[in-house]
Amino acid sequence: MNVNGLKGELVATKLRKWYHRKGHAPVHVLEDCSFRIEPGKLTVVMGTSGCGKSTLAYLLCGFLNPDGGEIRLDGQLVRGVSPDRMMVFQETALWPWMTVLENVVFGPLAGSNMSRETATQKAMELLVKFGLGEFKDKYPGQLSGGMKRRAELAQALINSPKVMILDEPFRGLDVMTRELMQEYYIKLYEETGLTTLFITSELEEAIFLADRILIMGGSPSRMVKELEVDLPHPRTFDVLASERYLEIKKEALEALYGENAEQVCI
Amino acid sequence: MRNGEAAVQMPAGKKSAKRNKLLKKLNWRGLVAIAGFFLGWHLVVVMGLPGFKEISSPLMVLQTFFGDYLTNSVYWDSWLQSFKRVIYGFILAQVIGIPLGLLLGTRESFNNLVYPVIEILRPIPPLAWVPISILFWPTAESSIIFITFIGAFFIIVINIHDAVRSIKKEHLWLAQSLGANSRKIFLRIMIPSVIPSIAVGMTLGMAVTWNVVIAAEMIASDSGLGRLTWEGYTSHTVSVVIIGMISIGLAGYVSTAVVDYLEKKMMPWRIAR
Repeated sequence: MNVNGLKGELVATKLRKWYHRKGHAPVHVLEDCSFRIEPGKLTVVMGTSGCGKSTLAYLLCGFLNPDGGEIRLDGQLVRGVSPDRMMVFQETALWPWMTVLENVVFGPLAGSNMSRETATQKAMELLVKFGLGEFKDKYPGQLSGGMKRRAELAQALINSPKVMILDEPFRGLDVMTRELMQEYYIKLYEETGLTTLFITSELEEAIFLADRILIMGGSPSRMVKELEVDLPHPRTFDVLASERYLEIKKEALEALYGENAEQVCI
Repeated sequence: MRNGEAAVQMPAGKKSAKRNKLLKKLNWRGLVAIAGFFLGWHLVVVMGLPGFKEISSPLMVLQTFFGDYLTNSVYWDSWLQSFKRVIYGFILAQVIGIPLGLLLGTRESFNNLVYPVIEILRPIPPLAWVPISILFWPTAESSIIFITFIGAFFIIVINIHDAVRSIKKEHLWLAQSLGANSRKIFLRIMIPSVIPSIAVGMTLGMAVTWNVVIAAEMIASDSGLGRLTWEGYTSHTVSVVIIGMISIGLAGYVSTAVVDYLEKKMMPWRIAR
């Protein structure tokens, strides 16, 4: 599978975002938030819950517009939505009234002028690859949590996005399924080299998956720390026992919690 | 069970187990209670307890039913009339209510314009519309259908309006980012999103419609099951009143069953588990 290996450089400059809701005081979510997602790399954005990670993802995908700053994909200014930047949402966004196959072919049929046959064929290739071949005619409500996640990956990947943005995709899965999905995603990523922005609030998950970790903090939030994760590929869960892993973890905890990191670590 | 000890020890065990299962399925407690209800009814009427002096016993009701009503075309015409009114009112309410609810949910300016009017009219109970309706509409028939329509209409509009407003934003965003145009989003995302609410509106609407049609018939009509029941009262034939009540109950039950069936057809993803 070829998913534009070396495209997908995403550069955000001085992003600012306010939330205005009727009857509520406006909330300043992001200010001076700048970062770069390198093409072909898996970048993890970490931060405590409520720090604006999802907002950032919505901005990158074009669901919301920033109040200041700009986002560029491969040099082009980003405005509005596009299948170039596909998102996997925190809670499943599969349409419950469509079968798995219908969910997956929706994109190619709606966006490009791919024929139904080609789209179905492409979708089936992906579904079989993701172990969902037999489940193509099931509704999302009939799938397990992990299967739903894989169906969503297929739904996104069929559009050959330049960047995948995953917003805490494995939250709510049980520990076993979660670890399986992490392994699954890292394999997929190693295979395709698909530029990925992975949002999580779990440090272990972050280090296991990442080439680079961006840590969000402050209020309003911005990027406060950048960590290179030079653990070897292909990744297996063995890395979690390595010396280097612990060093990175310590560094990350310090960035996240400041001076109290030592206590948290224990 | 084929090589189980129980089967070897007591060959009759299997049979009685089967019978037990059937009894459990039948809910024998319920059957006993129903029998008890009719027996109690019969006894209080026979004993002439206070309040029951003028009530018919179940046997008398059955007698009247099989004697005078089973083959009586006027009786069956009452069914037909009531069903006709319910169906007209119900379908009108769906046909007008669903698009209106969708418009109110999707078009902000239309919502600002029309929703306040709906909010003013909604709390007025359907039966309060009876006098105005009779004055306004040329025939009793049309006024009853109008009142029935009112009964279901507001429920449907409000349900769908709320459903459109609470469509998951992720569902819409995903379709948008995949390049779907607004027509496709409307047909493939919004409409299916509100189908469960349309179903709720149908269930509630059907229940209200029967309520309203019976009362409206008692007040303003010379036919239908409501009228039949009321005439039983005015002519002092209590058996007829009870036949009317039971008929109305049955009619409501049948309507609900049909609506349930339709709802299941509308939402295949809900039953597939």
